[in-house]
Amino acid sequence: MAAAQQVGAFVEFDRVQKSYDGETLVVKDLNLAMPKGEFLTMLGPSGSGKTTCLMMLAGFETATHGEIRLAGRPINQVPPHKRGIGMVFQNYALFPHMTVNENLAFPLEVRGIGKAEREAKIARALDMVKMGKFGNRRPAQLSGGQQQRVALARALVFDPELVLMDEPLGALDKQLREHMQFEIKHLHENLGITVVYVTHDQSEALTMSDRVAVFNDGVIQQLAPPDELYERPANSFVAQFIGENNKLPGVIEDVDGGRATVRLATGELIDATPVNVGGRGSRTLVSIRPERVEYLPERIPPGAHTIEAEVLEFIYMGESFRTRMRVAGSDDFIMKNRNAVGQRRLQPGERITIGWSPQDARALDPL
Amino acid sequence: MADLASDAPFATPARESLKTADGKPLKAALARAQARSRRRALFLVLPLLVFILVTFVFPIGQMLFRSVHNDAFSRNMPNLVAWFEATEPGTEPDEAAYAALAADLKLLRENRTAGEVGTRVNYELSGSRSLFTSTARRANALEPPFREAILAENEGWADPRLWQVMRDASSAYTANFYLAAVDLMHTETGEIARVPPDRQIYVNLFLRTFALSALITVLTLILGYPIAHLLATLPLRYSNILMILVLLPFWTSLLVRTTAWIVLLQQQGVINSTLVATGLIADDQRLAMIYNQTGTIIAMTHILLPFMVLPLYSVMRPIPPSYVRAARSLGASSWKAFRSVYFPMTVPGIAAGGLLVFILAVGYYITPALVGGASGQLISNLIAYHMTDSLNWSLAAALASILLAAVLLLYWLYDRLIGIDNLKLG
Ligand SMILES: Nc1ncnc2c1ncn2[C@@H]1O[C@H](COP(=O)(O)OP(=O)(O)O)[C@@H](O)[C@H]1O
Ligand SMILES: [Mg+2]
Repeated sequence: MAAAQQVGAFVEFDRVQKSYDGETLVVKDLNLAMPKGEFLTMLGPSGSGKTTCLMMLAGFETATHGEIRLAGRPINQVPPHKRGIGMVFQNYALFPHMTVNENLAFPLEVRGIGKAEREAKIARALDMVKMGKFGNRRPAQLSGGQQQRVALARALVFDPELVLMDEPLGALDKQLREHMQFEIKHLHENLGITVVYVTHDQSEALTMSDRVAVFNDGVIQQLAPPDELYERPANSFVAQFIGENNKLPGVIEDVDGGRATVRLATGELIDATPVNVGGRGSRTLVSIRPERVEYLPERIPPGAHTIEAEVLEFIYMGESFRTRMRVAGSDDFIMKNRNAVGQRRLQPGERITIGWSPQDARALDPL
Repeated sequence: MADLASDAPFATPARESLKTADGKPLKAALARAQARSRRRALFLVLPLLVFILVTFVFPIGQMLFRSVHNDAFSRNMPNLVAWFEATEPGTEPDEAAYAALAADLKLLRENRTAGEVGTRVNYELSGSRSLFTSTARRANALEPPFREAILAENEGWADPRLWQVMRDASSAYTANFYLAAVDLMHTETGEIARVPPDRQIYVNLFLRTFALSALITVLTLILGYPIAHLLATLPLRYSNILMILVLLPFWTSLLVRTTAWIVLLQQQGVINSTLVATGLIADDQRLAMIYNQTGTIIAMTHILLPFMVLPLYSVMRPIPPSYVRAARSLGASSWKAFRSVYFPMTVPGIAAGGLLVFILAVGYYITPALVGGASGQLISNLIAYHMTDSLNWSLAAALASILLAAVLLLYWLYDRLIGIDNLKLG
């Protein structure tokens, strides 16, 4: 066990498993190491085990197997109130019978901090989330966004080194959510805290995180910084879950170092980068991001692979255009072009030649 | 009133109050807006209101009326009533008084109402009913001077206390039943005094009723709180089974349940026999757990338990676990989290359950009657006694009215302290 311990890791999951009913594993063999100060997001569809992981870290669920360490110390046996972890809940969980000030005073009181220092800390925490004027209100007298800020302030007021957030912005409208994303990000940067953030919203994960752990079915599918996750997904699930993705099913014809030749359903041969595939003859899904597909001859990169396509639908989206077309027998191949000089509206039925660079076509597992 | 004054145009408000767009005070506008929705709600409950009026308010009104009104004497004794009206309280009965009495006794004989009047006077002076019936039977033989004639019939007519009671009864409206209900009476001289110690029962009984009800409420809370918490936190599958167990008492007859307690608790019952058999107590030391206060407390706590559990459950169920978790993550031990976060959130349930159980207990009748023995009787049992045995309905009504007033007072207190809006019964 000790050998697995990474030097300098602040939060560690070491071969953690969790089952609620003794029949199915909700979390399967989770290994994760976070350095201090990192903003790590657990991203995944609903039911993939993200909350369960967070609850094990906070101490509200016990790991069925494995060890969780905080600053190198195993915490499986440490009760939640001795872990010193700040937590923001999706429903905020502000105590309804206390004012905002009393809510923030709560963690300070249980730590026996004196009145003067308490008031100073509360004032500072409330100012930090721009809620200084609302100290005497009750939670019910605040809007959702304001409650969110207070919940954040309460989780930070006792200066925890680690803060957990379980879909904290899930109940807010889009604009407020995007605004709060930035504020949380800034707080993280300014305070130097370590954050584990749970969300099922991939754009939220990409904008906020240092690293993202993509969960599915109780397993981390990929743990990587946002750009790597987006541009170099490790498997079809990640490619599918993060951003938009075109997938062309086919069979590996040949693999040679950094290049694979794939025969598509229509018999055409294309070049792709092999990532997660077997040898010759195995099935694969070739994944291509819509914005990496071009049709204007001058924009198609040199050495690109080209293929015939039939336009089915053209959608004007302001800063960009989306074109749905039929490519190699599949009807939902999407191309996304920036609304730049030289672009035009494509007509349904039009036949065009599209192309992409082989590095952008990734041959992944067939799901 | 203070609000009205500050809203009036000529009043100078102490501080600048906010106004609506058309210049009206904001507070008044708010009150008006809320009043409108309240009126709409009233309209929806109108059918229920009519129903309650007919089946509830009217009978209670009648009861209240009966507790201050009894015309059995005044209706049947016109001459004596006239004499009482003409004289000061405390006046010695003179020949005129006895003449009036003789005339009335003749009327009683003719109308066969001596028993009715005798009963009325007997309420306040026991033993006087036979005085009326026996003297009225021979009323035709009475000749002046009436004082000697009547006293010759029965010495008892000279009792000054009797004349005081008759004077009180000569008015159809009287507060005497309320006085009696709190162990007070009018003395011969018309002053209010306590009744002799051997007849002071009602105040003690009221106190016992409230004390036992409070004790039973506390017991149901102590027993019910963990059950309700368990019910609220178990997975639905298990909590449903447990809920059936909690509700089971509702589905069995009150009599069956009470009888079951008799089987368990009596001197030759299951518990005593088990204790004797295991040698914990000797055979001649069998515990008296029934036909006394203990019996009343045990049986009523059991019977009223669901009324505590259900309001508690309905308050606890929607409390998400995240509140206690938040408290724990903020550094509170599980006890501190319970005390500062969970418990305050369940106070409306405690208050509702407590109010419900207390009010039900205060008026409970059947269980104390069956298992209470002498020391476990409550005020309702005495009210029932006056309704069915002594037939002193006015006193029963007065006792019941005091009980009602106490319950209303409690309700008012609840509203002041917790707010009726917070009442959650399920
Ligand atoms: N307290 C619990 N008891 C039993 N099963 C649970 C419990 N909490 C979560 N689960 C199950 O565990 C799985 C993962 O849940 P969760 O961790 O909440 O996922 P996520 O947060 O990713 O949506 C789900 O299938 C869920 O039904
Ligand atoms: Mg979740």
